[in-house]
Amino acid sequence: MSDVLARVKKIVVEHLDVEEEKVTESASFIDDLGADSLDNVELVMAFEEEFDIEIPDDAAEHIQTVGDAVKFISEKTS
Amino acid sequence: MFDLSGKKALVTGATGGLGGDIARALHAQGASVAISGTREEKLQELASELGERVEITPCNLGDAASVDALPKQASEALGGLDILISNAGVTRDQLLMRMKDEDWETVMRVNLEAHYRLCKASMRGMMKARWGRIIGITSIVGVTGNPGQTNYAASKAGMIGFTKALAQEVASRGVTANCVAPGFIASPMTDALNDEQKQAILAKIPAGDLGSGADIASACVYLASDEAGYVTGQTLHVNGGMAMI
Repeated sequence: MSDVLARVKKIVVEHLDVEEEKVTESASFIDDLGADSLDNVELVMAFEEEFDIEIPDDAAEHIQTVGDAVKFISEKTS
Repeated sequence: MFDLSGKKALVTGATGGLGGDIARALHAQGASVAISGTREEKLQELASELGERVEITPCNLGDAASVDALPKQASEALGGLDILISNAGVTRDQLLMRMKDEDWETVMRVNLEAHYRLCKASMRGMMKARWGRIIGITSIVGVTGNPGQTNYAASKAGMIGFTKALAQEVASRGVTANCVAPGFIASPMTDALNDEQKQAILAKIPAGDLGSGADIASACVYLASDEAGYVTGQTLHVNGGMAMI
């Protein structure tokens, strides 16, 4: 498991209070993990801090799943 | 009750009578305050009066970029931002048929758009802290209307609607958003009225007197406090009974 995925998972588990097994790459924050739109905003804020990056609003809108987040962050930080 | 020790507050329009009283009241309850306004010497005066726990953050609320930057400036100066009081406001009174676009735009920009920008820029820290207080100083006129003030009334009614929507968005994060709506408050403007004008106004106020800045400031202290944590999306009218809504 990539380092980014592990860190993303940790944030998601903590923030949404879900079991780690459920946080797969294809899991959608809203549909599968019980997030609401405000949770999504907060997750993006948490990712920004954890990885020290800026996630613009238009990019944030397309981050729907754990995999989307990992992909975006990996591209930004590589 | 209503202890604000350790809380950090930003008050806009602090050079005005009302804003100054709000800053004083929050400060008296123990809060650290960042005071913002356009007249820097007035801010200096207020800062030296308050002594400790005060920072000066001048800002022109007509300028979008300065407004966007203000909460961050205040937060850096104070070491956080828990309470935002949007008090700054302008009037450009004119009958609608004579109103210039510029009069409309200035009032909307300073009274409503600045509030939107300040809230947006303050929200991140408050959500993270799971505690925040947004207080907009609106006006009785935003609810009752007043001839010659279509622009002002629209901006103040806009603030009330904005507050209700925002309150619903962030309530689950411990952030409340409310308005305080002053009625007629004694100010240099009301001092300039003649006796006849004063009598006409007082006749409409059951309390029989104009309000003071301290009356408004006390309402702000309440809404900013821990004790008001379950109050959100509301408009607290402070008007001596002039309108009961």
